[in-house]
Amino acid sequence: METEIKDNDTQPPHFYPAYKSTILRSPTKPLMLVKDFIKDLSLPVFGESCIGEFDNDLTKNAMKDRQPIGERIKVAGKVTDQYGRPLPGVLIEIWQANAAGRYIHKAEIHDAPLDPNFLGAGRMLTDKEGGYMFYTIKPGAYPWSNHYNAWRPNHIHFSIMGHQIEHRLVTQMYFPGDPLFEFDPIYQSVPKHARHLLVAKFRMDWTEVEFALAYEFNIVLNGSKRTPFE
Amino acid sequence: MMETLETTPSQTVGPFFAYSLSAEQYGYPFDSIVNDVLVDERSPDERIYITGKVFDGAGAVITDALVELWQADETGRYRKIPIDRKNDGFTGFGRVGTGTNPDGSFSFTTIKPGSQSGGAPHINVMLLMRGSLHLLHTRIYFSDEINDKDVLFSSINAGRRNTLIATLNYGNGRTEYHFDIHMQGDRETVFFDI
Repeated sequence: METEIKDNDTQPPHFYPAYKSTILRSPTKPLMLVKDFIKDLSLPVFGESCIGEFDNDLTKNAMKDRQPIGERIKVAGKVTDQYGRPLPGVLIEIWQANAAGRYIHKAEIHDAPLDPNFLGAGRMLTDKEGGYMFYTIKPGAYPWSNHYNAWRPNHIHFSIMGHQIEHRLVTQMYFPGDPLFEFDPIYQSVPKHARHLLVAKFRMDWTEVEFALAYEFNIVLNGSKRTPFE
Repeated sequence: MMETLETTPSQTVGPFFAYSLSAEQYGYPFDSIVNDVLVDERSPDERIYITGKVFDGAGAVITDALVELWQADETGRYRKIPIDRKNDGFTGFGRVGTGTNPDGSFSFTTIKPGSQSGGAPHINVMLLMRGSLHLLHTRIYFSDEINDKDVLFSSINAGRRNTLIATLNYGNGRTEYHFDIHMQGDRETVFFDI
């Protein structure tokens, strides 16, 4: 059913039955190969005026009367192509659970408390060097119904939109050393050798004294079909 | 040969994207920079409406998918200048979740794209959902256009081309195109490897 995974491939398959929802929601036919000019199609460019003052600070952008509860962290990194070239002006949108592992989404039924001062959504554009930086609260683990006693590792969802269509990626960032990795089929759907690419690196040198811990998460977007210096 | 970096793996969008990616549509307190309207009042052309549903392999309507459209303007050109705010003129870009209409449908307001270089008018579709580990790419072509001249369309297996055709329907007193997406089955939508 699934096309063969090449040795150098870092991507999960479409059909991964341990993650049950893929069974009825993944294409059964191979994706159609298309010519390079289609991969080079542009995507929209968003201007800085789309980004609100606190859109990259999830500890402030939904604050009503006090700081959100939880461990304050900084998540930062670079967006590049496969040749390491920085990609500026890339739209990064993130969302996550609060410190108790509760999503604010209305369809969420996990019995953990909401935090009135935390929404869990943010966005920003990468700078000239492809860099980005969010302040947020470390998300908690949360249970889901994939299998008996299933728990997702702590994670932050990322939606990334670069300026060409092959630079559109949706992924999840995880935290180092999470004991739930070995039980999570979404994380495990990625080939073993590539899983580390989804795990942020703890950066002591980026922490802010008596304020926030820091993690580095770099994002490398597809671009293998293009020559590096055209 | 230059050494290349490994690409970041894709992961599912999951079920809870709405309060970030489409917050206003779902009534969350976070403004949206994109919505279901790809034009504003300055776009003079006739409005068209793209509606449809996303179906899983058992034929059930998927009510937690996110659909994005990206299209050229009436002359066949894609917008190059930055989008500075929601509905900033003709943006050509739209985004809608399937969780707010009671029947699980999506609906977009836009204009019909033009075409360039002999291709047929089309709209690029990007699709995300819980249970899909990847963002999926497909295209909408129009039932009232000559599509066989289009290089990509005509390279699709003839038996599956109709999965990319939106059907014209004037039934609701407006120009509506109906486009369903089937993840699996006899009518499985053609998705592209991008």
